[in-house]
Amino acid sequence: MNWTWFHKLGSPKWFYQISSRWLPWLAVAGVLLLGTGLVWGLAFAPADYQQGNSFRIIYIHVPAALLAQSCYIMLALAGVVGLVWKMKLADVALQCAAPIGAWMTFIALLTGAIWGKPTWGTWWVWDARLTSMLILLFLYFGIIALGQSISNRDSSAKACAVLAIVGVINIPIIKYSVEWWNSLHQVATFKLTERPAMPVEMWLPLLLMVLGFYCFFACVLLLRMRLEVLKREARSSWVQAEVKRAVEQQS
Amino acid sequence: MSFASFAEFVAMGNHGLYVWSAYGISLLVLAINLVLPILARRRYLQDQARRLRREELK
Repeated sequence: MNWTWFHKLGSPKWFYQISSRWLPWLAVAGVLLLGTGLVWGLAFAPADYQQGNSFRIIYIHVPAALLAQSCYIMLALAGVVGLVWKMKLADVALQCAAPIGAWMTFIALLTGAIWGKPTWGTWWVWDARLTSMLILLFLYFGIIALGQSISNRDSSAKACAVLAIVGVINIPIIKYSVEWWNSLHQVATFKLTERPAMPVEMWLPLLLMVLGFYCFFACVLLLRMRLEVLKREARSSWVQAEVKRAVEQQS
Repeated sequence: MSFASFAEFVAMGNHGLYVWSAYGISLLVLAINLVLPILARRRYLQDQARRLRREELK
């Protein structure tokens, strides 16, 4: 396998150039997927025979919850890459993704609570799935706070990477919580190995929404990372040229 | 279409408040996440433009 792309990722300049080519495609894909998924899920998917129309919350709840967990796994991977290969871009990715992941966890918890009220009769219970998701939110807060409280960039990168890697133990706990403990929460809707238990006109919009959320995440992450690269590499000549060009374009 | 009329669509079978508040808040959060980095970039470039002008005057 050819690994040059991996080593190129260590170069902020290469990242900045390639990401400007990816961004428009991701943005268009995200708008199309989210738009179609929203209209389909809200207006065209059939109502659930038990939950009625409140089940439509699934089309934001599940994508947000999936993304919140994937984003944390990404933080841990970025942490490993940063610690092992000392790649500067890994810390940029970790710091920029953490707030997005925290917001996604917030959406998952909030929509879950709103969904729980008409379905379970309660906004919140301290059961395994809900509690482990709340811990995920606090892990994100921990990483964000740690990153902002240490002013030395190298030490802050190391500390955040270690916290991200240690905290990843929470991800399998979230995933299997509904199987290991008695839970009000229903089990997974999507499994890689089985056909979904929903009719196709219910799960297809869900799939579109999941992919749309991932595109959205990629877009926002790239936007944040590109600005962070400009700030961190401000003294290099390519950034100064790029800032000059962008400034002239803006005015 | 799973609804007979627009009023039914808004009502969501008596779950309208739950469904629309969940969607509304979530979309608001997504919009905030998208707008903040764009505004931050604009602000940063404005700061840099000011700095560049100052340096030219010297």
